[in-house]
Amino acid sequence: MNNSELYNYTLRLADNALILGQRLSELCSKGPFLEEDLAQTNIALDYIGRAQSLYNYAAQLSGKPLSEDELAYRRAENNYYNVLLVEQPDEDFAHTIARQFFYSVADCLFYAELTKSKNETLASIAKKVIKESKYHLNHSSDWVKRLGGGTELSHEKMQNAVNALWMYTDELFEIDDIEHKLIKEGVAVNSSNHKSLWLAEVTEVFKEAGLSVPENNFMMTGGRSGNHSEHFGHLLSELQYLQRAYPDATW
Amino acid sequence: MSIVNDQLEVWEVFIQSKSGLPHIHAGSVHASDIEMALQNARDIYTRRGEGTSIWVVPTTAISASNPLDNDMLFDPSNDKMYRLPTFYLMPEGAKHI
Repeated sequence: MNNSELYNYTLRLADNALILGQRLSELCSKGPFLEEDLAQTNIALDYIGRAQSLYNYAAQLSGKPLSEDELAYRRAENNYYNVLLVEQPDEDFAHTIARQFFYSVADCLFYAELTKSKNETLASIAKKVIKESKYHLNHSSDWVKRLGGGTELSHEKMQNAVNALWMYTDELFEIDDIEHKLIKEGVAVNSSNHKSLWLAEVTEVFKEAGLSVPENNFMMTGGRSGNHSEHFGHLLSELQYLQRAYPDATW
Repeated sequence: MSIVNDQLEVWEVFIQSKSGLPHIHAGSVHASDIEMALQNARDIYTRRGEGTSIWVVPTTAISASNPLDNDMLFDPSNDKMYRLPTFYLMPEGAKHI
């Protein structure tokens, strides 16, 4: 395949979207109150829509007669390349918000840049996605401020979630040979440049929320090369159940 | 046992479907602050292209007329046809009068 880097790159973007969408959709009917339940599932649908466009493109690039569903639902665990952050479970609402906030700050920086990609398909997907990303960022950063600056208990829960998920944030800015090559071609985004911008933005919101930036510098990585956390298998078993039990099932 | 109200405040939502048209009452949402009220209204009432503008108003800010006053307030207009602007020709092209 001539396009193997582009294929892998697109697959990574798609996997991030699908897995975060899956995590958020698990919250359906379990939100803290009706309106927030709807908000979270709306966001889940944004990610699943995004994943669909990206898998569709990846399937075309694969050079095989693959469908987007086969890519989304029938790969083995170590053939998914999403970052570890998006697969982390919803321990409580603060975890959901911290995960979303960390991801959305990086996501906005990333997709704003991807709109300028020389690859027209990725650029046009990015133009659509960036509007959604901005909303996700608004929604999650408002909640970080509310919970951080709310009651003693909400502050404690928010800070705990931030501390727990902090070690998954470095992976958002990793790049490897695949990206290096595509960055040279003007196709990929050099997300390693975004680390300091991300930290500045997160720090700004934390300041307003009265939260402290964790001093822990230990960082986990591996999702982008298929090494996932123990939560991932459980997530996949639910995600893939229908397609495994009834291959090619349609509505 | 006292009942604890753990719901957030109620806000009334008004949606404008197109620029130039009035904002029309769409329903209500729960929210703790104005930003949340706007976001919840957006997520519940405008996800299928229903609107281009949203207003949210705390429900407590709305005063309602008393249904017992209906006779006094609304009946007197019923027998005065001259109050209804049915004698005018509609200007051509005016859609929203």
